[in-house]
Amino acid sequence: MDKFLLRGIEEEGSAAIASYREKGGYAALEKALSMKPEEIIEEVKRSGLRGRGGAGFPTGMKWDFASRDPKFPKYLICNADEGEPGTFKDRPILEKNPHLLIEGMIISGHALKAEYGYIYLRGEYPGAKVVLEQAIEEAYKEGLLGDDILGKGIKFHLSVHQGAGAYICGEETALIDSIEGRRGQPRIKPPFPVNVGAWGMPTIVNNVETLSNLPLIVSIGGEKYAGIGNPECPGPKIYSVSCCVKKPGVYELPMGTTLREIIYTHAGGIRDDRPLKAVIPGGISTPVLTPDQIDCKMDFVNLPKVGSMLGSGAVMVFDDTVCLVRVCWRALRFFEHESCGKCVPCREGTGWLRNILERIENGFGRKGDIELLQDVAHSMAGKTFCPLGDGAANVVLSFIRQFHDEFEHHIEKKECMA
Amino acid sequence: MLDREKVREIVRKYPERRGALLPALHLAQKEYGWLSPEAMKEVSRALNLPEATVKGVATFYAMYRRVPAGRHLIQICTNVACMIFGAERLVDLLKERYGLEPGGTSEDGRFSLMIMECIGACDRAPAMLVNEDYHPDLNEERIMTILEGYK
Repeated sequence: MDKFLLRGIEEEGSAAIASYREKGGYAALEKALSMKPEEIIEEVKRSGLRGRGGAGFPTGMKWDFASRDPKFPKYLICNADEGEPGTFKDRPILEKNPHLLIEGMIISGHALKAEYGYIYLRGEYPGAKVVLEQAIEEAYKEGLLGDDILGKGIKFHLSVHQGAGAYICGEETALIDSIEGRRGQPRIKPPFPVNVGAWGMPTIVNNVETLSNLPLIVSIGGEKYAGIGNPECPGPKIYSVSCCVKKPGVYELPMGTTLREIIYTHAGGIRDDRPLKAVIPGGISTPVLTPDQIDCKMDFVNLPKVGSMLGSGAVMVFDDTVCLVRVCWRALRFFEHESCGKCVPCREGTGWLRNILERIENGFGRKGDIELLQDVAHSMAGKTFCPLGDGAANVVLSFIRQFHDEFEHHIEKKECMA
Repeated sequence: MLDREKVREIVRKYPERRGALLPALHLAQKEYGWLSPEAMKEVSRALNLPEATVKGVATFYAMYRRVPAGRHLIQICTNVACMIFGAERLVDLLKERYGLEPGGTSEDGRFSLMIMECIGACDRAPAMLVNEDYHPDLNEERIMTILEGYK
């Protein structure tokens, strides 16, 4: 498959508008501006595009809800708060191909009749901020942003809003709070942001990779796009592969490529040809898989069949030298740090889970600790406003389910199997 | 002094003044190196927001510093991928060489250290940010060479 999202990013100066235009950039925008907003939404529905941030919600449906709401102004927000450990898929777009995202956002703004857009960029990407702001300035200069885009009478303004180190702001309602200048804490849903979002107005929050698919959908049409990858959730997908592989990095492949192909063909296999022990398929919040499950297709439909999720498509590969109790402990230290504190089960539960895992890892595990971990995790899952608590609980439950022996060994022998 | 003109420019990007709070806090931090009570007061005056509101927001986000920072800020990731490739050993090394504790500042005021959750550099772990510069593929030797460049 030809690359689309990451096309030409290895070339020097790929972030400049001239270089983007050489690759055919902004041709899709000209086509989109001659289409009616409803026609674009129809194409997006036909394309079958599903949100790339983790939840996999059908983008066309989200847009439909927002465009049916009679309130104006509407806001379009790009979620560039890429914070899920293991995930670095949006980073190359933001740093090397920013005009793809900007073109996608202008097209989306036109389709949604949103005149104001924000890119919520995580504070940990200062380099991307410089690139994006420069790219936005270039776009203004060439009349691609402003009050009268390319003389078509369409208005769209765009700016970067920099986060300040809070994973929770990747959750869309917390992100909206953060843009409004508040502590980023999730809101109860409904109402959904498509009806009551930023400043109480209809707000569409889409991930960087999702919005970057728009130029492709508009240029080849929804029907042809739907033929890429798995027909149930089509399109190109960026998988970010890390930890114990020979060639960690980002790989743009058709949605539904198997985990085996990603690890062994694209990422070069396990370092030093060691045996594979475990894989987290979609970022730290997604349940861990065992080596016999890697023939699973990496998409929104097939991963749930083996008890996991696509999440952000961040593949974390562990060989036999890695202690999974330690990985699980580190994951929970992360969740404890990032819990916003609004919901008690998550605020308290993440700390307890981390604490118990820490004593197991340090050789002070007690008989009954595994059951205690499960008990605490069950008291969190499904009992919080947002999925952070669920993620934390599911990590622990899946590690225990898949690697029970390793936890037992740690508790009984006070040492690691790895 | 907080650049009031710049604050007004930011405010124009949002339908309500309060939207400019996070960017204004970033601006103040850049100006003073940290968010002192006076810096927060200035932000509160520039945006006409209660001081408690400003403080409430500033204390929520990990990247706003409420203690003075050294000349250079080291932000090192110790999350899973970086941990597997030895980030914790690097944190120990910083303590040995510079007497740096996580969250602390070296006695000579040269470095401050913050432990980060994933900075999106898992393919080139372990990694850190020094001020706004990104440094991946660290090992014990490399991190020392890099830091020697920050005086």
